[in-house]
Amino acid sequence: MGDIILTLQDKTLTLTLKGNFIDFEDGKLYQNIAGYLPENIIINGLEINKWDSSLLLILFNLNKYANENNIKIENLYMPQGLIKMLKLALVVPEHINRETMPANESILEKIGGFGLNVWQNTLKGTIFMMTCFKSLWLFIRRKSSARKTDFLFAFEECGPNAMSIVALISFMVGLILAFVGAIQLKNFGAQVFVADLVTIGTIRIMGAIMVGIIMAGRTGASFAATIGSMQVNEEIDALKTMGISWAEFLVAPRMASLVIAMPFLTMWADFFGISGGAFVGILALDIPATEYFNHAFNAWSMKNFWVGIFHGFIFGFIISLCGCYYGINSSKNADGVGIATTKAVVSSVVWLIVATGIITFVFERLGI
Amino acid sequence: MKSKIAAKNMDIGYEKKVIIKNATFEVNNNDIFIIMGASGCGKSTMLKVLTGLMPPLKGNFYIDDIDYIKADEQTKLEIMKKVGVLYQSGGLFSSMTLAENVALPLQKYSSYSKKAIDDLVSLKLALVGLDGYNDYYPSQISGGMKKRAGLARALALDPEIVYFDEPSAGLDPLSSARLDNLMQDINQNLKTTLVVVTHELSSIFAIGTNSIFLDAKTKTVKARGNPAQILKNPPNEDVYNFLTRGKYDEKRAE
Ligand SMILES: Nc1ncnc2c1ncn2[C@@H]1O[C@H](COP(=O)(O)OP(=O)(O)OP(=O)(O)O)[C@@H](O)[C@H]1O
Ligand SMILES: [Mg+2]
Repeated sequence: MGDIILTLQDKTLTLTLKGNFIDFEDGKLYQNIAGYLPENIIINGLEINKWDSSLLLILFNLNKYANENNIKIENLYMPQGLIKMLKLALVVPEHINRETMPANESILEKIGGFGLNVWQNTLKGTIFMMTCFKSLWLFIRRKSSARKTDFLFAFEECGPNAMSIVALISFMVGLILAFVGAIQLKNFGAQVFVADLVTIGTIRIMGAIMVGIIMAGRTGASFAATIGSMQVNEEIDALKTMGISWAEFLVAPRMASLVIAMPFLTMWADFFGISGGAFVGILALDIPATEYFNHAFNAWSMKNFWVGIFHGFIFGFIISLCGCYYGINSSKNADGVGIATTKAVVSSVVWLIVATGIITFVFERLGI
Repeated sequence: MKSKIAAKNMDIGYEKKVIIKNATFEVNNNDIFIIMGASGCGKSTMLKVLTGLMPPLKGNFYIDDIDYIKADEQTKLEIMKKVGVLYQSGGLFSSMTLAENVALPLQKYSSYSKKAIDDLVSLKLALVGLDGYNDYYPSQISGGMKKRAGLARALALDPEIVYFDEPSAGLDPLSSARLDNLMQDINQNLKTTLVVVTHELSSIFAIGTNSIFLDAKTKTVKARGNPAQILKNPPNEDVYNFLTRGKYDEKRAE
């Protein structure tokens, strides 16, 4: 183990280093040195046996410490390699962009900055939305530069390829709804109303919400990741310099395909949700099939059905906008794409719920 | 002579951070114009400004004597049609084949028939030595081939100016020399003005006819002119060191 021996003579502090300095640490070194109030420091390395970066670090810090406190420092009899590495480390960096370092901010500045940020993001999001809606309009009128294959490809992803997972999840949710409902309704001897509960719940809201959450995790994430990687790959830059609008080329076909697919997926989910309920009602709760379907049929209302479809339609906009927004604004590295994907999913789900709240409130007021 | 590109008192940078101050330079018609400088000095940023991806913080630049900054959207589009860009990673659209990539600007801006576009695409790909790779996807070809495919796309509309961001980065010496030759051929035979960001010394001297040197320390344009002339008459030690790699190696040898 190494040893650092301190001796003071006429304000000159000599540090004699002895032995093996491997994984060496000396927590009190600076305290001890400062206690001597030296004007000169001499480091004597004659008796160093073995050393590694831990010693280099100590020498580096000592030299910096001395330079900052106007203490003259000499490194004597150091092993060749050590002194070379030390010199390399002590070279003054050529230029540091000091103004790039964020200054310490006061709380007031932070609050102001936050407010400004919220305002700028709102503005940015609004402009983004307007641009996308305009592109979608051009796309519908077949006046955009989007490629048909992109649309078909995106539609296959959003539609047919999502059907199995949507079917599975909505069937399970229908099942759970029926079970949970049955436990409560049993107390009133009204188990047969499980059919009403499942039907109304699924077609009015649960079907659409389940599809929304599945598609946010599936398609919204994939939009953000694809567009984010395009950002990394300089594809978006290339589009811009070619004068091709990314909104027309990338966002519109994706938005169109998801907005078209969502209402159909919602119907699909409705069907499987009700089937899940029937499965439990008939097989587990022993409600006769005719009675179950009779109740389900009575509970069915076209109005509720359309409300559910409307939710799906709106969710299509929300998910595709969130996915594309974070993809386009992804920073140009792998990390950025990961963050963009996460943000796309989280914000999609949040906006889904917010939108549901708003729609429910408005419809309730309108008496729908 | 009228200049092809002219920058006047341009400050470039990000938000509040200025990276190059007061840049003024001219690119003449048919130049191979090199933008050089140490890592992080702002070469790519300069390219982003010149290709219209971000505005300068201050000042303007002119393409064919038209003020790009003040131009309306339509004029900007007209100007950018005269410009091709080869990105560092090629910037090819990964969901499209090479042929579809090259065809895209033609479909957007030209009135050729589908057949003519197909033929033109094959021609452009053949020009960069990628004859027969029409149906390959970018993920199926090598880095050097991606650069050449990117160049074919940049050349699709017979641009008057082509920008290159570090064309030789990641290429072996032979491929990089071949790309240099290709660039020279394009410059001489198609009368295209090339603006090249690079720190490859061999390329700088082999193909550069004009240049600027960006300096991170002073944040200014430190030198301008023919690279060989600059080397003969270096304005300061940094530029000399950059162009020779010499000083630093000598210091080490001490
Ligand atoms: N998106 C950005 N936001 C803020 N600062 C940036 C951004 N991109 C680059 N910079 C900064 O701008 C400066 C110049 O970067 P630039 O990429 O233009 O350098 P460069 O000359 O191309 O370097 P290299 O030769 O390494 O590619 C750097 O200090 C960098 O930190
Ligand atoms: Mg760069």
